[in-house]
Amino acid sequence: MRQDSEAAEPGARGQTPLPAAPLLELDSIVKRFPMTVANDGVSLSIRPGEIHALLGENGAGKSTLVKIIYGVLHPDAGEIRWNGERVSILNPAAARALGIGMVFQHFSVFEALTVAENVALGLNDPQQRKGLRDRIAKISEDYGLKLDPDATVLHLSVGERQRVEIVRCLLQNPKLLIMDEPTSVLTPQEIERLFATLRRLASEGCAILYISHKLEEIRSLCERATILRQGKVVAECDPRQETAKHLAELMIGTALRPPYHLQEESAETAPARLVVDRLSVKSDRAFGVDLDGISFSVAAGEVLGIAGIAGNGQNELMAALSGETAADRAETIVIDGKPAGTLGPAERRERGACFVPEERHGHGAVKDMTLSENALLSAYRTKGLAPGGLINMGSTIRFAAEIIKGFAVRSDGPAAEARSLSGGNLQRFIVGREILQQPGILVVAQPTWGLDAGAAAAIRQALLDLADKGAAVVVISQDLDELIEMADQIAVIANGRLSPPRPVAEVTIEELGLLMGGVAAPLPQERRNAVPA
Amino acid sequence: MPFRLEARGQNSVLWSWLSPVIAILATLIVSTALFAAMGKPAGDALYTFVVAPASSLNGLAELGVKAAPLVLIGVGLAIGFRANVWNIGAEGQLILGAIVGGGIGLAAGDREGFWILPAMILGGAVGGALWAAIPALLKTHFNASEILTSLMLNYVAQLLLIYLVVGPWKDPEGYGFPQTRLFGDAATMPILISGTRVHLGVLAALIAVALGWLLHAKTLLGFQLRVLGQAPRAAAYAGFSGAGLTWFALLLGGALAGLAGIFEAAGPIGQLTPSISPGYGFTAIIVAFLGRLNPVGVLLGGIVLALSYLGGEQAQIALGLPKAITGIYQGVLLFFLLAADLLVGYRIRLVKRVPAGGAA
Repeated sequence: MRQDSEAAEPGARGQTPLPAAPLLELDSIVKRFPMTVANDGVSLSIRPGEIHALLGENGAGKSTLVKIIYGVLHPDAGEIRWNGERVSILNPAAARALGIGMVFQHFSVFEALTVAENVALGLNDPQQRKGLRDRIAKISEDYGLKLDPDATVLHLSVGERQRVEIVRCLLQNPKLLIMDEPTSVLTPQEIERLFATLRRLASEGCAILYISHKLEEIRSLCERATILRQGKVVAECDPRQETAKHLAELMIGTALRPPYHLQEESAETAPARLVVDRLSVKSDRAFGVDLDGISFSVAAGEVLGIAGIAGNGQNELMAALSGETAADRAETIVIDGKPAGTLGPAERRERGACFVPEERHGHGAVKDMTLSENALLSAYRTKGLAPGGLINMGSTIRFAAEIIKGFAVRSDGPAAEARSLSGGNLQRFIVGREILQQPGILVVAQPTWGLDAGAAAAIRQALLDLADKGAAVVVISQDLDELIEMADQIAVIANGRLSPPRPVAEVTIEELGLLMGGVAAPLPQERRNAVPA
Repeated sequence: MPFRLEARGQNSVLWSWLSPVIAILATLIVSTALFAAMGKPAGDALYTFVVAPASSLNGLAELGVKAAPLVLIGVGLAIGFRANVWNIGAEGQLILGAIVGGGIGLAAGDREGFWILPAMILGGAVGGALWAAIPALLKTHFNASEILTSLMLNYVAQLLLIYLVVGPWKDPEGYGFPQTRLFGDAATMPILISGTRVHLGVLAALIAVALGWLLHAKTLLGFQLRVLGQAPRAAAYAGFSGAGLTWFALLLGGALAGLAGIFEAAGPIGQLTPSISPGYGFTAIIVAFLGRLNPVGVLLGGIVLALSYLGGEQAQIALGLPKAITGIYQGVLLFFLLAADLLVGYRIRLVKRVPAGGAA
């Protein structure tokens, strides 16, 4: 009954020059949830020093599998072998004791604590806390992950929070490091540095299980890949030998279409729909970034991409554009020729501006509410869903159903709670809700953060279609590939200042990388480190 | 451990309503054991707390009289709690409602006039709302926790009431007792069912339940309050005014507590005394949670907690047990309710032992 995974894949041993004994073997792992089988007989083996990719769409079972390896979940059937010995990993502490470290996609950091305190919480042995701050500083320096050990996590951006997780793992000298979508928040140069780090760790014998939807990255970094679809292993391959397109198709099960965007010939003559003129906002948070003289203009049919590393003012810019923080002067933000800087979010929506914030849970959507209530959240005025202050349930449910149908949201219908949707499906719902309000201006932040290739492609296409219908679209993203694929103009935000937008065709990745690294302006982290601790 | 808690993923609607039932049953078991420990027949607990109060028309009427202030306050608190506005000051707001409304009644003296009662009721609501406006102002302007400020204002209100009834408002013909004169006929709540003490406040509580449910479930305002409570950033994103909603939640809660105060003072009590409320403002917090922060549930929760007051009185009179029995009953109920609420979000699973091998 028990299958030897070595015998099951005779080719693997022959191809690998070092036939080292596997560090970790998973054999026919099964994990059932109410309604679904997340892992259906998954087998996988990783050798010391191997960088192994785990590929799959949302809901393919990647997260479940790595949670089983990390002891967060327990398999219903199948076995786990570590250095050839059968183990049952009861909890993450047991996983860490074995030498398994994990960087989660959804970070498990305590917002009220500092970076050093968060790291200390992950250490099993209190003795290890000695000199922790210095070790954090050293490791983050060595691996190019700048962090102030005394900063409170509450004030850190998504990208900086991820660095806390990575540093926390590296401090424990892991034998196996699991990384779930680690590069989404890094510049190209930083990604190269991280890859150098990972390759160095691998050469030192640490195995790495690398989960990403960026197929080019996997092709340049990983030597083996396991592809999951609907809970089952559909392929094992050497990603260096495959094209990114073929990998994506294995993962999705169908062919991918490249995104389509009308090249607007008349873009220069099209009217400007959104004009931002010397927008400066002082941040009211201790480690927030002040916006400093941001100016840009987006015409009908145009997509402006705003690149930048997390924590350089993106959140503040999004809040200023959406009206969650109002500007001092009305003229700093002009919507379709009318000053709107002092208006709140609801009034800006009435003027035809819609917004998709970075955080899905708790910002763009309320996770404990139903999809129809979440449809009401931003569309109650534009769609007239609550005439006279009374909610029209019928039309609200119809609008939610329209979003679900129009944007292929996989859910149990308008009565399903937002939390029951996968990240990709909830994002489709939120983007759909904003697009179906037929906005003249749409500002989106991190539209495809953490999404698989299929969902990301669908969302990018929907945004481009909106632009092609005459809307002005602003995409704030840390994913440069995404911006280059979608945007007509691109600008970089660094330390609260925005570089002048330029046509995408005229800029190089290296130039953008330098701007993102703040060559024109110092990195906020450096400024912070300059403050004596 | 052979048992394990497993997240459900979605909150269970079924268990959110089964949880209060479990809590009530567990409370009955514990109070039976408590009665047994004090040497009373075990069946007495059940009889005293459940059967006796509901076994006569007068008993049922008394249940309504006791439940009315709990429900009135509970509706307001439930709506506020949903918005993450933790008004713990309903007791003080009740007292201020009684003071302002009662003050109008005392000023009216023995005068006749159809306007006196409406003026008192309005005064009660305004008094409670003004008292709640203090924590609202402190919260929205200085980000001071409304939990602490509203709680502390309870003691200020209580002392203010004592000052009035032993000082300027003391009944000159009251033989020095700390109480005001009785309200005149035109300043007393009409009795709705003759032969009982069922007064206008009972009807008001039912109206509050209906309007509260409408607000909670059907209006944009109720939706905004719920969004504010569950996801403040989503509320800001949608353009809802957090400060405005906080003001509304506190003023509404204060007004309803103030109404409860004037209905009590000008109803069953008939004057102002230092103890116009046996802790209704605090007990209503339990009522709100027992009723699942839903106005209709609050009605049921109010009846259950009203039973605890009647049962407590009964236990004192018939069985000679101390007054503390009411507080114990209420505390045990809240304890079990909070414990049972775990089952709303989690299920208990039997863990199968991993065969052989064992842990690393």
